[in-house]
Amino acid sequence: MEAVNIFIKGIFVENMIFAYFLGMCSYLAVSKTVKTAVGLGAAVIFVLGITVPINYLLENYVLKEGALTWLGAEYASIDLSFLSFILFIAVIASMVQLVEMVVERFSPALYGALGIFLPLIAVNCSILGGALFMQERQYASIGDATSFGLGSGVGWFLAIVAIAAIREKLQYSNVPAPLKGLGITFILTGLMGMAFMAFMGIEL
Amino acid sequence: MSEVAVEKVEIEKAPKEPLFSTKNKKLITDPLNENNPITIQVLGICSALAITVQVKQAVFMSLSVLVVLMAGNWIISALRNLIPNRIRIIVQLVVVATLVTLVDLALKAYVPDVSEKLSVFVGLIITNCIIMGRFEAFAMGNRKWPSVLDALGNGLGYAWILIAVAVVREVFGSGKFWGFQLIPDSWMMANGGFYMNNNLMILPPMALITVGVIIWIQRARNTNLIES
Repeated sequence: MEAVNIFIKGIFVENMIFAYFLGMCSYLAVSKTVKTAVGLGAAVIFVLGITVPINYLLENYVLKEGALTWLGAEYASIDLSFLSFILFIAVIASMVQLVEMVVERFSPALYGALGIFLPLIAVNCSILGGALFMQERQYASIGDATSFGLGSGVGWFLAIVAIAAIREKLQYSNVPAPLKGLGITFILTGLMGMAFMAFMGIEL
Repeated sequence: MSEVAVEKVEIEKAPKEPLFSTKNKKLITDPLNENNPITIQVLGICSALAITVQVKQAVFMSLSVLVVLMAGNWIISALRNLIPNRIRIIVQLVVVATLVTLVDLALKAYVPDVSEKLSVFVGLIITNCIIMGRFEAFAMGNRKWPSVLDALGNGLGYAWILIAVAVVREVFGSGKFWGFQLIPDSWMMANGGFYMNNNLMILPPMALITVGVIIWIQRARNTNLIES
């Protein structure tokens, strides 16, 4: 039940875009049409769902203080958490590479849809952000961590598809010239964020 | 032997530039306005918005980014001929991750209260697009000194937007500047006064709208920047 709560919280209450502004760069750059937005959003769900549990295992069996106890009692005092940034980003970069190769081999159709977006994702803040939030919040089990990863991914997907849909329609409206493009997108995201704040404070 | 000779000739031929030539000065001044990393290049927005509730956090965040960017640009520029093209992203990520770890530990040691507030956003400097963007676009193809200047310019361009947003949000949102009370307590509605802080300013959506307004002002003043 806890896992379901974390999943729903990740989508609405703690939305990656509207509450933490993570992954804004690609959110602004790739939201001009709904089709590409759906592709990138799906790739983010996919990669977050894979990298968060892997980084969870890394955190709990290698990095945290006392995490190496499974090697023997004499390792109990070792604290490797200063290595976490380097290891997390290495896991993310290599997983993205691996996922790209596996998808290309087994599902060329999916590769055609996600292909160009996968390399972009290695430097998407929301992926590393997912790993760092997982570290900070100390989830109880790998199941909780996975549902947090998937929930955040779905939240990000929802946000980028919504803004892309609005921007497609925006072409027909009369925006003041200096606000065209980037400026109006910022203000729209702010307004959407206000709407999402209605979910704030919901206890699950 | 002949190759060495050729290189030497080239070095002798290259005219010695003064440290702050017009071209080098442009590297610093351009990113402050016409080529600003946040409002024009749309890089590094993720971290720019989340930590602008207070001026103090914003100053420390921009200092961290400035340090990482300058050191990283210098290192990448020094290594640029040694890095194989295929694995350059991973090399760049390792350089940034190492520098960010150092900055994070320094913040934890000297300003623990700020470090706690910045939480995951220090770590997220690694994936800050400004850093990777400047490595790819500038440091991989230029000498060390111009690269450091380019980093300085872009870091300052990032910093002024961050601090401007933070000043607006802190002054109107909590009536303070760098933690000092600007509005006397007796003015507050709670104490029978007429003033009330705008709590909406502290919440995430207003950061986006403030940046949107800065973009609006900048482009209205400089019409070359308007998108078609």
